[in-house]
Parts: sequence; structure tokens; C-alpha cells
Amino acid sequence: MNAQTNAQGFEELDTVCIRFAGDSGDGMQLTGTQFSVVTALEGSDLATFPDFPAEIRAPVGTTFGVSAFQINFGSVEVSTAGDEPDVLVAMNPAALMVSLAGLRLGGLIIVDEGSFNKRNLDKAGYLENPLEDDSLSDYQVQKLDITKMTLESVKEFGLGKKDALRSKNMWTLGLILWMFGRARKPITDWLEQKFKKLPDVANANIAAINAGHAFGETAETSANLSRYHVGQHTTEESGEYRTVNGNQALAWGLVAGSQLGNIPLLLGTYPITPASALLHTLSGLKEYGVVTFQAEDEIAAVCGAIGASFAGQLGVTSSSGPGIALKTEAIGLAISTELPLVIIDVQRAGPSTGLPTKTEQSDLHQAVWGRNGDAPIVVLATSNPHDCFDVGIEAVRLATKYMTPVMVLSDGYIGNASEPWRIPDINTLDKFSVKYCTDPEGFHPFKRDPETLARVWAKPGTPDCLHRIGGIEKDYDTGHISYEPGNHQKMTDVRAAKIAGVANDIPEQEVSLGTSEGKLAVVGWGSTRGSIHQAVKRAREENIDVSHIHISNIWPLPRNLKNLLNSFDKVIVAEMNKGQMNNLLRAEYLLDGHSLTKVSGQPFKITEILDCIRKQEVEVG
Amino acid sequence: MNEQTDIKKLTFKDFETDQEVRWCPGCGDYAVLKAVQITLANIGATPENTVFVSGIGCSSRFPYYVETYGFHTIHGRAPAVATGVKLANPDLDVWLVTGDGDGLSIGGNHMLHVLRRNVNMQIMLFNNEIYGLTKGQYSPTSKIGAKTPSTPLGSVDLPLNPCSFALGAGARFVARGIDTALKALPGTLARAKDHRGASFVEIFQNCIVFNDKTFEHFTLKKEAANTQIHVEHGKPMIYGKEKNMGLVFNQEKFVLETAIIGECGVREDDVLVHNETNKTMAQMLVELTAPDFPVVCGVIYCNPEESYDDAVHRQVEKAKENKKADFNALIRQGRIWTVE
Ligand SMILES: Cc1ncc(C[n+]2csc(CCOP(=O)(O)OP(=O)(O)O)c2C)c(N)n1
Ligand code: SF4
Ligand SMILES: [Mg+2]
Repeated sequence: MNAQTNAQGFEELDTVCIRFAGDSGDGMQLTGTQFSVVTALEGSDLATFPDFPAEIRAPVGTTFGVSAFQINFGSVEVSTAGDEPDVLVAMNPAALMVSLAGLRLGGLIIVDEGSFNKRNLDKAGYLENPLEDDSLSDYQVQKLDITKMTLESVKEFGLGKKDALRSKNMWTLGLILWMFGRARKPITDWLEQKFKKLPDVANANIAAINAGHAFGETAETSANLSRYHVGQHTTEESGEYRTVNGNQALAWGLVAGSQLGNIPLLLGTYPITPASALLHTLSGLKEYGVVTFQAEDEIAAVCGAIGASFAGQLGVTSSSGPGIALKTEAIGLAISTELPLVIIDVQRAGPSTGLPTKTEQSDLHQAVWGRNGDAPIVVLATSNPHDCFDVGIEAVRLATKYMTPVMVLSDGYIGNASEPWRIPDINTLDKFSVKYCTDPEGFHPFKRDPETLARVWAKPGTPDCLHRIGGIEKDYDTGHISYEPGNHQKMTDVRAAKIAGVANDIPEQEVSLGTSEGKLAVVGWGSTRGSIHQAVKRAREENIDVSHIHISNIWPLPRNLKNLLNSFDKVIVAEMNKGQMNNLLRAEYLLDGHSLTKVSGQPFKITEILDCIRKQEVEVG
Repeated sequence: MNEQTDIKKLTFKDFETDQEVRWCPGCGDYAVLKAVQITLANIGATPENTVFVSGIGCSSRFPYYVETYGFHTIHGRAPAVATGVKLANPDLDVWLVTGDGDGLSIGGNHMLHVLRRNVNMQIMLFNNEIYGLTKGQYSPTSKIGAKTPSTPLGSVDLPLNPCSFALGAGARFVARGIDTALKALPGTLARAKDHRGASFVEIFQNCIVFNDKTFEHFTLKKEAANTQIHVEHGKPMIYGKEKNMGLVFNQEKFVLETAIIGECGVREDDVLVHNETNKTMAQMLVELTAPDFPVVCGVIYCNPEESYDDAVHRQVEKAKENKKADFNALIRQGRIWTVE
């Protein structure tokens, strides 16, 4: 953060990163989300990172119960949730314990001194109270008894102590709003709306916000408390904006696809973190003809979706890694019967149950190769929350045009993180018409379009196109069961050729930053986009010849990708797994890439990628 | 549109496909196929609005042989696929074909839920007490002690009773039939079709190759009158060549017993009258086994409730009535701002 003081006594900053950390019950996600909204409303660019524990109600005060929300906002393009917070809000000792290591040296810590009692210190594993020794001397520390001040501020509402303490987060938010000169009104309006039926709760929360704000304004400490201003990000395209998270945008993208293709959508799914929000969103959109089926397990979920596709609708199924594994056999059925199907994988850290709430990109092999038989499908990746909308539409378009499963790889980070999104007008988006066969002339179910190689789709209810299909190999010329070896070769080849042909229907690979040839390129896919972008931007400012290539079409790969990658002396492949995209590129192009990987459940830091670029530059010479 | 003046009444032959039927000669599946084709003709089914969905097994080859739409899916999962078909297009008449392995072993969970949800379809479970397609291993319905390639010393696990399972799962329609009972089966299947909800029909099917004669003790035609009872709602449960045997309820022991009318003071009035809406009675009837009791066939339980697909679409229609679908407005809900 580069500071300059303006006329109102605010230090002017171009970016700030704040981490709100507290106990799971402290309401940090809500605090962070509300702060994001006002930040967005005032026109700063922003990216968020909700980082919450797997346990719903972990024991109070423990380190594994810490829930955090990080927001990076700026008057310049930010594109990541920030490497190192400038400000840490720690609501208890455990939150300080867990989050301190990430804080920028010299950064500001705001702690609720009232929660630093013996019990909480013990639970967090502190032998000494860090507020009383000099262990925090590298930082600026504001010790405030937020607990006590919150209780005072809501006294008049006669809430029990437990309920009153629920407003601690709002008191803190009030103070932070004051520090950054942000308006309170959007949040107090929202509270009034949300607690319409519980006016005491609304009023207590509003009183807490006001008290936190007033504290900043008047308290003796004000002398030490600085105020900062982060301006508008002015390069944005004109239009209407909102904040959106990836799961929400993806759900809307699928509905948009169903509207644009004029095909009703059925979601078959089974709850799993971090994909459940898709079900929650889509189950509320019945007026768009969306039917949601919460099945008994992931296998039934995907099978229900396949049944819907057989009947002429668009079957969609959503899950995370373990659930996708369960769906595998059924995906093979959709491949063999050549039915459209959209499979959403909101990836988590694996294997097995792994780390349900932590992010990773380790399902790439599963998506591209993880089935029995030669079983190609289309695989797309989303790379940030707003991109999810477009990818949702594209998945519907490709699935129905090519009669194929399409898997969308999102991840926990994209799914939960919010970003400003320029809201599209659906009337200006390209329509695509889904074709059903009604013509009995020469009909058989595996008759193909000579161009796309997609088979015809005759839905039950159509007279004179009766047919039976299944997972047994079909005869190329009649669609009947066939055990003939030469026919299996031909059918396997045509299924592969159909998917390979999708490469002609997707955009060529672009260079997202830099040039189309040169010394170094960093290749990424998925949610690493922001970190790679910033790292490459900084490296270019250091005059390093490096470009950023971000792949959205995972399978088939873009038709120009091989040549593009060969135009660089060295390619760094940065991803949050043990090198799966690097393997894919090596397998396809014999590319000798440098694999930069990370699987700690946290997104890449910009500096981690930047360091790698610097080292590779030296090596390439 | 062409006006069809004389709609030709279809016969069972119109429901045959051009595909060669590939079951072993003498397999009970042939008879069931015929019974189903007769049923479809009898009920006036329209081929294009009829869908057969199956899992994997000998019996699950069924859809290839019926001239309607058909989907041969994967092992055990047909109930879920069929649920998707029905949710997508409730106007389709869906028939599900499964085996004792397909429907009660690998697919037991899906069977439980399709019945519990009461999805409107006819479920035919071909029970041959064996895995036919994989060459004769024992199944979850095989009797204890079954000697098969996987149980050379005899199976040791307790089998389950498909109809008890179905009732336990909350099925609203449970019936039984026998492959060779070509007179009775179409009637039972037509009742299954009439019931709006999940209709479970267990069909005893002889696997001539791997489990021949396993049901012979009650299916043999010449003994059938004494070993089977075909129940009908509102009629006393009387059976036997002489029509002199009946099922009576022993209140003290809370069990069903067989009795001979005219002996030990038993009168015709003492014989229980079948009430297909009585679940307790149904639970008792499905547990009766030969040779001590007649095996109960026909419609054992029928007590309709709203089907899942009807309820889902009722909600969808209501939502459409109450809320206008306006996608642009949807994505503009909440707090938005404008950049000039
Ligand atoms: C996932 C999977 N596991 C195992 C099999 C092998 N398999 C095919 S059919 C079958 C059992 C069939 O028994 P049943 O359902 O009773 O049908 P039947 O052949 O007796 O009619 C098995 C184990 C398979 N096809 N797929
Ligand atoms: S193995 Fe048995 S069930 Fe399968 S076709 Fe042959 S006789 Fe019929
Ligand atoms: Mg069997």
C-alpha cells in the first residue's frame, strides 16, 4: 500500500488487503461480505477469499474453528484476494494465532482485547498473552475491548449476554467502515430488511455499527488510528454492476444457457461442499422451468440427469471430487449413448474427503482421463467468479450441439469468492437452437451430422422415431447392438473425432498478458488466473520477457495452443496440484514445461509465481 | 395435422421389435415379454409415449425387444434414470425392468428411494434368485444354502423378500406374478399401470440354466391351485382345487393361518376378505411361503398417494403462476451500481 495524505486527513492508498478473522460463531463471513458490498458500491475493484473451517460448529475458541474472510480492494485492478493482508482483524487469540504469519510486516492488527482471557489463550495454544509481551512488536497493534464496548452499545435492547455479543462483528465493521470512510447506510438498510420481523435484533446490530463508527470518530485512540481512502477503479467498462460469487454466477449461467438454447434444465445432485450452493440457487428458480432433484446419492443424481437428457431435456449434475468419482460409470453411459450432460465439479483438496473447504485443482486428470474405456468428453474450466456465467452458457451450448457430456471445472475458491460483475443483458447474448429429430426418413438413433459428428436426438414422444439405446456398443450404420470388432474400432474413433472436432468451434487460445512469442510464458488454468496475471504484470515491469496464457478449454485444447507454446523458450505451468496440466501438455505436445505447483489449500501468492519467473529467467538466460 | 380417422387397435405383435431375442431357450423371460406385450396391447398403449428403462442383467435386455422407446442403462441405476425421464416428461408412461441382483443388490438403494418417493412408473422385478448374466452366482434373494460358483459350500447369508422390502420402503402398490402365468400376469400389470405412483411387481422368473425349478414347488401348473392364491380386493382369500381352503387370522397369535372350510368349525365367513388398502394385511400376506402356505399373487397392496413427479410439477406450475420469469430482473436483484 502506497500512502499519501489527502485534504480530509485520509491517507490515500491504491490497494488494501484486510483479513477479518474470528471464531466460526463470530460472523466473520457476514462482516466480510457486507464490507465487500459497500466497497463495490463505491466503485473500487475487489477480490475476496472466504476461508472457513470444515466443521460447522467447531469448539469455541479453538484454532481449527477460526473462520476468516479476506478482501483485497483497490483503485487499481486487483484480481487476487491479496498475498499479505495489510490489516488483520482478530476477534480472539485463536484468530491471531492462525492469521499472524500471513500479515505484512508493519501491518495493522485490530484485536478484541476482551477475548484475550486465560481460557481463550489456552485454547489457542498461547503460553503468554501476546498482547502483553513484545511478540507483536513488528506490527502496529490496536488493542480494543470490543466485547465490552459492544455490550454497552446494545444495552438498551435488553438482549441476553450471548445474543448481545453476536453484535461484536457489527461493532468492528462500524470501526472499519470509519477507518476507510465507507458509508454505513447500505448495511443498515440491509439489516433492517433482513430482520424485518425482529426489529430489536436489527436495531441492536445497527447500534453496534454506529458505536464502532463513533468510537473511531471520538475515542482517545483516534490520535493513533489513521484513516485511509481507496478510490474508484476507473478503467471499468460502463454498465450495471453487482458483486457475484462463482457458484451463483455458474447457476445463472446454466439457466441462461437453458433460456438461450430454449431447452428446460433438470439438475440432479447430492449435497457436498463446496458445490451445494448450486442446488440452493437452482432450486429457487422453478419459474424458469428448472427442476431440481436431490437424489439419494451422486450416482442417482447423475443418472437422473441422464434420464432427463434421454427424455429431451438438459440434464445437469453438480458435485465435488469424491462425488464426481461416484458419477464416473454413469458419465461413461452418457458418452456411449451420446446424450448431452453438463457435469459441474467444484473442486476441493483431495484425495478422498481431503479438505472439503480448501481449494485445489487436482481433478484435472479425473476430468480428462478418469473413466473406463476410451471415453472422451469436453472439459471447460472457469477462472474467476464472473467468468462462471459465460462458461455455464458455453457448457450448455457444446453439450447439446455435440451430444456429449461437458465437465466444468470450478473450485472452492472461485465458488465462494465474490467479485464485481458487469451484469449482462440476456437479450443481447447469442441464441443457439437445440435440434430434435422428428423425421423418420432413414432414421436410426446413431445417424450423425456429417459436420459435428453429433448423433440425432429424437426424444420419446416423437412418433415414428422409436428406438432403444444403451451402454453396449452400437452398430455405426443402424444403432443396434453390435459386438463386431471392426465396428467398435469405428465407433471409438468417431467418438474421439467428435470431441476433437470441438476444437474448431471454440476460440483460439489468446495471450492474456504479454506477447505471442518470447522468452517465458506462464500457463495457468482455473482460479490461479489473478495471481498469475499480477505476477506476470510485475515481472514485465521488471523488464522480464514473460507472458501469461490462461487455458479455459481444457479438452479439447485450443487448436493453436501447440504452436503458441512452442513460440516461447520456456513455459512455466503454474497450478494447484502436483502437475496435472503440465502432464497433459507434455502428453499432447511433448512440451518440456517447468511445473510450479502448490497444494496447501491456499491460493498462490503473487510473489510465489514472481519468484519462479525470476528464477526461470536466469535459467533460460 | 393429419386427422387420423381410424386408429388401428394395436395387438401384442405390434410391440415386437425386429431384434432377435437372445435369452437362453426356455428362459422365463420370454413368457414375461409376451405378457408385457399383451398388456400393452390390452391397455391401448401408444408406442411413442411408452419408455422401457432397465439396468444390467439378462432381464434388463428387455427394452431391446419392445417396440417403444427404450433405455438399457447401467447396473442397478435404472430407478434413478427412470426418475429423471419421468421428471423431464411426466406424460411418458415409464416401465422399469430389473433383476434381483440389479434391483436389490447393487441398486437396492435406488429401489428404496424410487418406492419411497412414489415416482409414477411400473417396476417389474424379475426374481430368479440368481445372477443370470454373470453365470450363476447367488443373489440377495437366493435361499440360504444355495450352492453356486461363488458359494460352493452353500450361501450363509439371509435372503430378503422383495415385496416386504418394497412395503418397508413405503411402496403404495405391491403385486406379484409368475412368468408362466400368462392368464394372470397381464391383468396384474394393467393394475400396476392404472396405479398413479410407483407400482412394484415381483415376477418369479425361472432361470433354466443356473437356477432351474427353484420355484417349482409352487409354480407347477398341476399343483398351482393348492400352492398359490391369487388375491382380489373385496373377495375372501379362498384357494385350493376344491375351493375349500382359506386364509384365516389367528387373533391370539396375531398370525395368518390356513384352514379348511367345513373342518374344525371353520365357516366360509371366517375366511379373511382381502383388503388391498390394508398395509398390515399386505405385510402378512407377502411373508407367506410354500409349502406351509400358498404363495400370494395378484395385487397385494394398493393405496395411492400423490406421486413425486406430480408433486414436483405442481410446485413448478405454482411457481410459474406466482412469479414471472424475467432473467434480466433476476440477475439484477440485490444491490447494483452503475458505472458511467
Ligand atoms: C458395475 C457393474 N458391476 C457388475 C456388473 C456385472 N453384472 C452384470 S449383471 C449382474 C447381475 C445380474 O443379476 P440380476 O440382476 O439378478 O439379473 P439376471 O441376469 O438374473 O436377470 C452383474 C453382477 C456390471 N455389469 N456392472
Ligand atoms: S442365464 Fe438364466 S436368466 Fe439368463 S437368459 Fe439364460 S435362462 Fe434366462
Ligand atoms: Mg437374477
